[in-house]
Amino acid sequence: MANLKELKNRIASVTATRKITKAMQMVAAAKLRRAQEAATAARPYAERMDKVLGNLASSIADPKGASKYLVGTGKDDTHLLIVMTSERGLCGGFNSSIAKIARTRAQQLLSDGKTVKILTVGRKGADALRREFGELFIDEIGFKGIKRLNFSHAEGVANMITTMFEEGGFDVATIFFAQFQSVISQVPTELQLIPAKIKENAQDKKQDDGAAYEYEPDEGIVLDYLLKRNIGTQIFRGLLENAASEQGARMSAMDNATRNAGEMIDKLTITYNRQRQANITKELIEIISGAEAL
Amino acid sequence: MAGTFKFELVTPESIMLSMDVEQVLVPGSEGDFTVFEGHAPVITTLRPGVIHVTSSEGIKGIFVHSGFAEVTSESLIVLAERAFMTDEIDPRQLKSDLDAAEKALEEGGDDEALRHIYRAIEELKALRGEAA
Repeated sequence: MANLKELKNRIASVTATRKITKAMQMVAAAKLRRAQEAATAARPYAERMDKVLGNLASSIADPKGASKYLVGTGKDDTHLLIVMTSERGLCGGFNSSIAKIARTRAQQLLSDGKTVKILTVGRKGADALRREFGELFIDEIGFKGIKRLNFSHAEGVANMITTMFEEGGFDVATIFFAQFQSVISQVPTELQLIPAKIKENAQDKKQDDGAAYEYEPDEGIVLDYLLKRNIGTQIFRGLLENAASEQGARMSAMDNATRNAGEMIDKLTITYNRQRQANITKELIEIISGAEAL
Repeated sequence: MAGTFKFELVTPESIMLSMDVEQVLVPGSEGDFTVFEGHAPVITTLRPGVIHVTSSEGIKGIFVHSGFAEVTSESLIVLAERAFMTDEIDPRQLKSDLDAAEKALEEGGDDEALRHIYRAIEELKALRGEAA
């Protein structure tokens, strides 16, 4: 009989778990929608920025004299890896896949004899990398308790990076985040931030009517300004992509968990019923054989 | 009556404004200028200031906090990191911005930076007048 009671408890606990995962899945679905909207809303800014940057970069005649945000410091000795992850777990392989590509990169750079510095954004990435690369951490930025990411958060990170770059703290900066593709697929991505990778516009910098842009104050200053701004934009984009990816990953992870819990409940219920019937049969046999013995 | 052209104000978080307008006063870093239809193509950085947009719906004031503007003969695109309508200004936010700017002024810096801060303060004060 104790066995039956155990089974019953087990079923009750798995049912409770299923309720929780189901709720988490639905919450993630709602948050995902908002995160996707935010990511979509941010796209026009980044696109226009890219376009103008592309125009400018291709119109700069002498790339050597251009901003070091575009051409780099001329070295690649010190690398800054900015690992962007989420603040919370229970979202499948989301955090570990980002940490994995960051780890591979860091190991590769270290074995090439480069200096590596790591800046983590989000608690989970820091946790995943701390044991192995803890001494390389320069800072950990957390966005705990922030409901809605806005540009000023990205700006804060960007300012930190530009200040460090101006002081010669590193030569190459790379960000790691997960690109959101769909609920079932989030692609961990690495993107070089400094020196900037710019898609050069194939088309002529001249406009349709043949007039070239005039730049105020001048091309170099505008380009430098834009490249600095672009860092903030890219980080913001990374954060938003990450937010959407996190919710997507959590949604599918929780969907799986809910399904597994359902299967488990079914199995346990069958075991429970069999056990109950076996007990009844046993009791019956005991009664009947007792009666026969008389 | 001047013709209209397309005006877009884009912030990192959204497209704030997209409409047909008659004229726009833009606070460029090298001086304010007004854009009409058929303006020569210019790309310029902005200083913190108020954009005045004139359309068939009247004049709108939008405060922008740094950014840049791309002018072509048929459109004006302003990319600003932070922007808000002047009639939606929160006086408390304004006060804290002003305090921050004044603090930055006291801390000093090179001439260029000081000039920027000084301008920002002027602008914020002007805004305060408009909001009040």
